[in-house]
This record gives sequence, structure tokens and C-alpha cells, in this order.
Amino acid sequence: MRSKFAAIAVAASLLAAAACGGTGKGGSDAGQDASGPVNVEFLSVQQATDNWPTVLSDLMTGYSKDHPGSALKNTFVAQTDLDQKLQLLGAQNALPVLFNAPNTPAAQTEMGQTGKAVDLEAKLTELGVIDKVSPAAISVVKQLQGGKFYALPFELNVEGIWFNKKIFADNAITEPRTWDELTAAATTLQGKGIQPFAASGVEGWPITRLLGDYIFRLLGPDALKKVADGQAKLTDPQYVQAAQAIADLGSKGFFGKGVTTLEYQPAEDLFLQGKAGMFYMGSWAVGDFNDPKKNKIGADNIGYIPFPAVTGGAGNAEQTPMNVGLPTMVSAKAYTPAVGEWLKYLATNYGGTALTKRGLISGFKAATPPADLSETTKLVQTRIDGTKEPVLWFEALFSAKATSVSQKNAARLVTGSMSPQDFMSKVQDALAG
Amino acid sequence: MEKLLRDRRAILFFIGPALTVYTLVMLVPIIWSAGYTFFEGNALSGFSWTGLDNYSKLFSDDAFWQSAGMTFKYAAVVTVGQVGAGLILSLMYIFYLRKASSLVRTLVFFPVVLPTVAVAQMFVKMFQVSPQEGLFNATLSGVGLGSHVQDWLGTPSGAFWILVIMDIWRSMGFYAVLLYAGLVDIPEDILESARLDGASGFTLTRRIVLPLLTPILVSSIIFSINGTLKVFDSVLALTKGGPGDATTPLTLYMYNTAFSYGDYGYGSTIAMALTLLSLAVTLVIFRASRKDVRK
Repeated sequence: MRSKFAAIAVAASLLAAAACGGTGKGGSDAGQDASGPVNVEFLSVQQATDNWPTVLSDLMTGYSKDHPGSALKNTFVAQTDLDQKLQLLGAQNALPVLFNAPNTPAAQTEMGQTGKAVDLEAKLTELGVIDKVSPAAISVVKQLQGGKFYALPFELNVEGIWFNKKIFADNAITEPRTWDELTAAATTLQGKGIQPFAASGVEGWPITRLLGDYIFRLLGPDALKKVADGQAKLTDPQYVQAAQAIADLGSKGFFGKGVTTLEYQPAEDLFLQGKAGMFYMGSWAVGDFNDPKKNKIGADNIGYIPFPAVTGGAGNAEQTPMNVGLPTMVSAKAYTPAVGEWLKYLATNYGGTALTKRGLISGFKAATPPADLSETTKLVQTRIDGTKEPVLWFEALFSAKATSVSQKNAARLVTGSMSPQDFMSKVQDALAG
Repeated sequence: MEKLLRDRRAILFFIGPALTVYTLVMLVPIIWSAGYTFFEGNALSGFSWTGLDNYSKLFSDDAFWQSAGMTFKYAAVVTVGQVGAGLILSLMYIFYLRKASSLVRTLVFFPVVLPTVAVAQMFVKMFQVSPQEGLFNATLSGVGLGSHVQDWLGTPSGAFWILVIMDIWRSMGFYAVLLYAGLVDIPEDILESARLDGASGFTLTRRIVLPLLTPILVSSIIFSINGTLKVFDSVLALTKGGPGDATTPLTLYMYNTAFSYGDYGYGSTIAMALTLLSLAVTLVIFRASRKDVRK
């Protein structure tokens, strides 16, 4: 009787222990045959009905005609949980075939350097499809990832100031080309009771983007690389001068009341409902501009101005801020010849499919661009094609901590509760570790 | 029964499974986390031994001390508020509302069962200024105080006090019920004889009710202070720790350090500091009150 008790107790304990353990992944030889079917799991911050998964599932439908049995599975993970999830999967060698890169470029580079992500420049060259990726996209990714190309640019964006043409015309404002003209235009709008800029302080980055761009215009395209490399400090007088310029926009009330607690969507709504004259944003917002439900001022009523030049500065307005959104990596561990074959198909067809299906401009070339693109989409495409020297953004080369410190304190910079000097030294401290 | 409970194997049978689960989900992670405090890095980049570096970093880390300051200020203010409001409410239930108190008790308790995120969103909307003025700002405008309309959650002190008000409102019903249970237990004849001796109102509360309520009051305070030292969800939902770091408590700082900045070692060190602080505060309150309890 007693021994039975003990046996049951031990069994119960073991059962509890087993319930807490993980399940192992069985190895197999699947995917060794390049012409065979491929099973792709995409760990994504987008839901299955959003841009990237839709395009990919469309591509997979086409691919499975020649490779029957191929399938794509989209696994959603919230963007705030992504880094943690990737760390755990990476440590267990269980990363899926495709996965969104970690949120900061520093962590993306680490993914590549630790051998978790495939070096795509070498791999796509080997597959003979590197020419399907637009050089601008490769340049942006390489700037981010320490000179390496570890991630697929499923989108490619330019950033700049979008403005309400009607409001500008009504107030006799011409498109500003310099920073002084921009602040003059904002002053005019402010005087007429129109909020000059809509920006989200909760996100923070819509404000620090302005700061980064000002630094590029004032000190040249390599100004923030120098900070990342330790050759310059954010507390150097000229960098603080840039922060002062952005803080001045705030102290004049150009961002309106409540910038600190304004979320992304309400900020965009202010612009799209005609309550704000200008809106600094990436071209991913064009999707919303083209949506009549969101856009009450009309798609044709929105114009684009590149971030203006700063008089006497080393940079110029042709150096367009660009980004690839959150790019996507290919797991080195899960790479098989069949995955290679799928990658080849993806690189060849992604650009065209993304443009046709979603009006989405990606870092892949479109073989035959559709004719019925919206004006704004065409404008963005022209801008991307014309950009010889793309620049990044303020936090692009910062650590996760410095990025967070910068974005959290951005609103305080423009509401005056933190001085430009303090802001820059706080971010610089976070950079130092 | 007694024979059964003396049987070691029977004891093992009863507590074995629970103890195993507890060990796996509580003790192992705690020891593991304590181990992390001597390392630097994360699961992906690997860990490297740094000895006591993380601990010495704590002492020179301004952000840590600011978060610690915020945590203590918050814990002190909210504990006083929660338990104080709970005490006043419970006294009101028993001496003023008496039999009619059940409706009020239900209403005051109601926010306790609401999800924190929903409550926080309500407060965000109530105090917002853009894109529309919230209830509070609209009221100010309505009564001719339009010049005071501002982004209340956008200022460090505004955000802190809204957080305090929200958390007191959210939990005072809980402490009221807890203390009410203690008050119901006070024998009516003691109160009766005190009244015969001429005690009433404040004197009765001060001399008779509070001393008899002390054990429950002390439990409430320990309960409240440990809860508030570990505040996380209401801050995250209301202010995300902002503006800047103004309302970032130690828990949120720990979470950011470990999971957003990918530094498990330093994050664990902050967690360790928080654990020790909670332990110390509990011991201090316990020691200070034990004499009273024995009396």
C-alpha cells in the first residue's frame, strides 16, 4: 500500500514536470530536393490579411502550381513581443524559414553575425536573382546592418513632409525649400488658427525623425554614423543646435496642444481631416491617403515636400530619408535547397505582385508596373528611383536602449519640459551603455 | 486521519505534485534569475560572466534611482490613499449607512473587477486634450476656466497624480470590504459599553475601533504596499512610464532593460533589488506593528 502511494506520488510529480517541458522538433530530410514542395512558416508582426502576408500567400499560390504540396503559414506576433520571441527561438535553433527582423538594426546585425540569418547578398547572387533587388534598398539595408545585406526589403519607403495643398493655396504659401521658409510657413498657418504640424508624441519617432533629418541637412549624410562610431557626440554644439531647432517648433506651439499624449492614428487623422497643414511621415502612409474612408481632404489634395535644406548646411534636400520598414530574414538553420528555389521565385515576383495587389512599393523591382497607379504612389516611385544618396533616421544606428530613451523623451523636447542639451546628453548616455 | 497525516509518504502524496509545480514555476526561475545577475547578455548573443558589475552599476545608474524614487513615492501615496479611503468607507458602511450599505458597497467595489486596461483608457480619454477635449478639460472650458485646459497626462506631475487617483479609485472598494469584515467582528457590547462611558464619534473610533482593527489594518497596509511597490499594469496602460521616464517604476524599468534592451543580467539585478526592497519594507512594517498586535 505504502509503496503504491510513493509510486503514485512520483508519477504525479513527473507528470507535472513533463507538462512544463517543451516538445522537441523532429528532424527530417524534407526540402533537400529543390524541385520538391516547400513548407514556409513566416513569423510576422503583420496579420494574415495585411500587406506582406497577403503578397507572400499570393506568391505561394503561384509557386505551388509548379511545386505541388507547397504551403505558407503566417504566424502572428505582436511587434512589442517580437524581439523576445526571436531571442528564444534563436537560442533554441527553432527560427522559422522567414521571420521579421528584430526591431533595432543593432539586433538585426547581431542576428546575421551570430549566423542565425542567411547572408542574402551572397545567397541571392548564388541563386542569380540579386539584380531583382533595387540598389537603393540594398544600400539602405547595408547602412543599417553594418555593411551586410541580411534582410529582404518587403517594402521601401521615402519620408518627407506631406502637406494639404488647399490649405497652402488658401494662405498663399509656396512649397518651402529651406528650413527658414518652412518655419515661416508654419508661422503663417499658426496665425490663421491652423495647426501647422500633426505629430504623435506617444510614438516619439515622428518627432525625432525631424531631428535626425535636420542633423543630416546641417552636418551631412554621415553625421549620425559618426555618432554611432564614436567620432562625434550628440552633445557636440552643432548636434545640440539641431535639437534646439526642433524644440523651437514646439515652443512656438506648431505641434498643437496634447502632442505628448497623441497616438499615431489620431495624429494622422488630424492631417487627413484638414485640421493640420503638414504631416511628416513615411510613404507607407500613402495606403491611408488613398483610402477615402480615412482621407477626408482628398488624395489629390496631398502634396509632398522633401525635408528642406538648412542654410549653410553640409547636406541637401536630395538626400532623401529612406527605410525598408521592418525587413524579413531567412533562417540559416531552416535553409534547404527547396527554400532556395522558393526564394528565387519570391525575388523575381515580389515587386510586381506587391504593386499590383496592394499598391505597395517594395525593395524588389517590378517586372511590369501596372498602369493604374495612384498619383501619390507614382510620386513616391519617382522619388525612390531618383534618390542617389539615401539617408537613414535619427535612431537608425542606435542601441535598443538609446532608441527607446530618444523616442520616450521626444515629446518632452518639444513641450519644453526637457532642454535640448539635456535631451541630447540623455540619449548620448544611453548610447554609451 | 491523524495517523494518515503522520505518514510521510501520504504527506508526499498530497503535497508532492503541488510542490513540484511550485518549485518549477517559482523557485527555479527565482534562482535562475539570481544567477543571471552575475552575467551580461541575452539568449541570442550568449552570456558572459561579469561578476558584481551589475550590482555596482545599480549604484551609479540615475535611471534606477529615479525609478526607485518614483516607486516609493507612488507606493507611499497610494497605500495611504487606498487604505485611508478604504477605512473611511468601511467606517461609513458600519456606523452611518448600516443596513443600507450593500448598494454603496457594490458600487464602490465595482471598479475592482474592471480590467485595468479599460480603466486606464477611460482615464486617458477623460484627461485628453487632442484630438478632442476630454471630460475634464471640457468641464474646465465650460465653467470659464478655459485658460487651464492642458495636456494633463503630458506633464510629469499631472501624469503621476492621475495615476494615483486612478489606482486609489480602482482599489479602495477592495480595502473597504477587507476592513469592513474586520469591523463587523468587533463585538457590539464593547462598543455599547464605550458609548455608555461617553465615547462617541472620533473618540470612539480613535480609542476603541482602530486598536481593535489593528491586525486587519496592518495586513491591509502590507498587502497594499507590496502591491504598489510592484505596480506595472496600470502604469503601462495609462502612461507607458512617460512623459519621458517620469512615471517609470522599477518594474517597468526592469521589464524594459531585460526584454526591450536585451540585457537579462541587469534586468535581473533590478528585479533582485526590487525583491529585497519589498522584503525590507514588509519587515519594517511588521516589526513596527507587532507590539500593537500583541497588546
